[in-house]
Amino acid sequence: MELSVTPPIHQQIIVSGVGGQGVLLITRLLAEAAMMKECRVLTSETHGMAQRGGTVVSHLKVGDFSSPLIRPQAADGLLALKPENIAQYSRFVKPGGWAVVNSPAAISGYTDFSVISVDADTDARAIGNLKSVNLILLGAALSRTSEGVPLLFCNYPNIQAVLHQQYPDAPQTLEKFLIALNAGFSSCRFF
Amino acid sequence: MENRHLMLGNQAIARGLIENGCSLATSYPGTPASEILPEVVKWARDEHLQLHAQWAVNEKVAFEIAYTASLTGLRAVVSMKQVGLNVASDPLMSAAYMGNIGGFLIISADDPGPHSSQTEQDSRMMAMMAKIPVLDPDSPEQAKDMIAWGYALSEAFQIPVMLRPATRVCHARQDVAHGPIISLDRTPAFQKNPPRWAATPNFRLQLHHALEKKLQDISQHAATAPIHCNPEVIGDKAIVVSGVAAAHVREILKDLHLWDKISLYQVLQPYPLHTSFIECLEKNGSEILVIEETTPVIEMQIGNRRSVRGKIDGYVPAVGELLPEAIEKIVAGFAGVLSAPSISLPPAKPGRRPTLCAGCPHRASFFAIKKAAPKGIYTSDIGCYTLGMNLGAVDTFICMGAAISQAEGFYQALKNEPKRPDIIATLGDSTFFHAGIPALIDAVVQNVRFVLVILDNRTTAMTGNQPTPSSGRGIAGEPTISVDIEALVRGCGVKFCQTGDPYDVPAFISLVKTAIKFSRETGPAVVISRRPCLLDRTQPPETRPPVIRVHVTENCDGCHYCIQHFECPALVTDSDDAPVRIDPAGCSGCGVCIHVCPKKAITI
Repeated sequence: MELSVTPPIHQQIIVSGVGGQGVLLITRLLAEAAMMKECRVLTSETHGMAQRGGTVVSHLKVGDFSSPLIRPQAADGLLALKPENIAQYSRFVKPGGWAVVNSPAAISGYTDFSVISVDADTDARAIGNLKSVNLILLGAALSRTSEGVPLLFCNYPNIQAVLHQQYPDAPQTLEKFLIALNAGFSSCRFF
Repeated sequence: MENRHLMLGNQAIARGLIENGCSLATSYPGTPASEILPEVVKWARDEHLQLHAQWAVNEKVAFEIAYTASLTGLRAVVSMKQVGLNVASDPLMSAAYMGNIGGFLIISADDPGPHSSQTEQDSRMMAMMAKIPVLDPDSPEQAKDMIAWGYALSEAFQIPVMLRPATRVCHARQDVAHGPIISLDRTPAFQKNPPRWAATPNFRLQLHHALEKKLQDISQHAATAPIHCNPEVIGDKAIVVSGVAAAHVREILKDLHLWDKISLYQVLQPYPLHTSFIECLEKNGSEILVIEETTPVIEMQIGNRRSVRGKIDGYVPAVGELLPEAIEKIVAGFAGVLSAPSISLPPAKPGRRPTLCAGCPHRASFFAIKKAAPKGIYTSDIGCYTLGMNLGAVDTFICMGAAISQAEGFYQALKNEPKRPDIIATLGDSTFFHAGIPALIDAVVQNVRFVLVILDNRTTAMTGNQPTPSSGRGIAGEPTISVDIEALVRGCGVKFCQTGDPYDVPAFISLVKTAIKFSRETGPAVVISRRPCLLDRTQPPETRPPVIRVHVTENCDGCHYCIQHFECPALVTDSDDAPVRIDPAGCSGCGVCIHVCPKKAITI
């Protein structure tokens, strides 16, 4: 049997969108996935007034951290539920990092990190669930790699498992979430 | 990881309360503290515990209920946001003198930033003013630990203890271990002791002497003494931190490779600061940097400040949240090293401002108020409807209930002017119960010519749809007595009180006009704008309005009156003069915008 030593998971992710889009939900799913992988996890979330349609942002830190906030140029990646979020939070992404952005068109102007656009709004319309952009974007991020390495610390089956664990008594919600996650994971609307 | 669970800071606090035998919990909702009480109820239900939990009408009442329960020997807690403690400051000051029997915790959640508050005030200063100890957690995990320490401290010294979590603790999530649930099995009993529980000024003086003695002892209490985080390091520089700043600095010192060079002390109990710790800092003669939020509470207790850097000398910013990027620069500067990336970053683009939800009944009310009194003065209050500012329908707000007293202030100032403006005050149902009633009585007594529109959406919406005294249900869904707002308004002596539905725009405009006419000629008038919040899932389904699917006709000439004056997020456009479209994902189907378009271009 071959023994391989994998380095401990150490990942910082910014999740952003507009209040009501489900930024909190995907942050929590990723945090639960970290828990399943027996990692320490810290998040910081926006609650209160900004949730009423204002810009919201979550910081997610998986691994050995003590501060709940990510410093500029320290995030491995950015998940943006609105195209405008990349301009607001690009300063957090480290050189060589990545951003997965919900956008109907390719986004240019960023050279220090890779930008992957996915038209999650159109995918959401295609599955008849306009509120599912958050899980579609998460699914899309789970399907991508950078130089052969998956973007996220967890994979598609991990998030499926988290959804099953979190919604044992809500089969309809679970089904909707799984369909959306799959629509993102198998999306062909990348730029 | 078996026993670890992902918990929001407020959940961890609630778990700490449950594990440590809390029997009674009260609160009034306010960001960032709102989730504490509901989580207490959930944990109690899951663990099959007997516990009384309730939303109170305001923080003062919540405080007095929980404090008094502790006099019977039970452990109790009151939680609130920092400005709520202003409301509860009256009983706080006295409770410190009289002390308690069972443990009594005051959780006052601060909001440096501020993210969702009127001020950045530091509750630790309130603890200092009241002369009670305060614990300052750095994380959800530590907040939970501090519940245990707080109850022990409160019972050892018979003194209320404050826990001061900041937004980054309340609304952080972390993997936190469950602990065992202590069964205290106490039988509540009240031992009469008038010199203490009904102390007259003479006895108060004695209680004050006793309080000072308690504080001296607490400043030597070992369990809450500062921690030397890297005890192997004894250098000529030391950093003293508390609260969330401690969490940032631990990570930053490691990232800057300073962990083994600069001593880091974490203060757990910023007031009273441990005497031996102050002596140790002063004796060592090392250079000291103090990082804390938001007022220099620790710093000002260090008598010899010659070698102390912090907020008092401007080394650390006195205003705003201490973000880790700012702390990194400060620490690097203090240590004499370069902070990691010193390249210039593009400034952050401003985000979207928050707005009332599509279909929010407040938007319809504000539109009607502006139609009925276009040149009015609009005083408003604390709640979702503060966002009426975007619509030009909110000119002022200060604090809970002030809409009514501000209306009175404007009236008294302007009443003899030849062109006295109409004055329209708006506040929500929960805010009316919280602090509006005394102000309304005053306005009746002084016969203030104004209109009060109570935006009765049947809930406390901004903080997450907690029930109000008129909801008829408590925090766990249990039935409660429902207080009748109309009867209350009439009971205050108001002669004009009528209720309308803001979705029925023409009738509601007409009702507000009638009220204005009454206020000009006779006295205060109250309009109750009743329509449940669309986000409130606890409302009975039959109260949900029918969905009216609207569309924009070719009559739309792109004037954007609707976007500017109604600002519904479901009314969108592609450019400055393009026609308006309805965003089907956002539209709630309230149909109110049909009455907004001056060109009649929005129809069913």
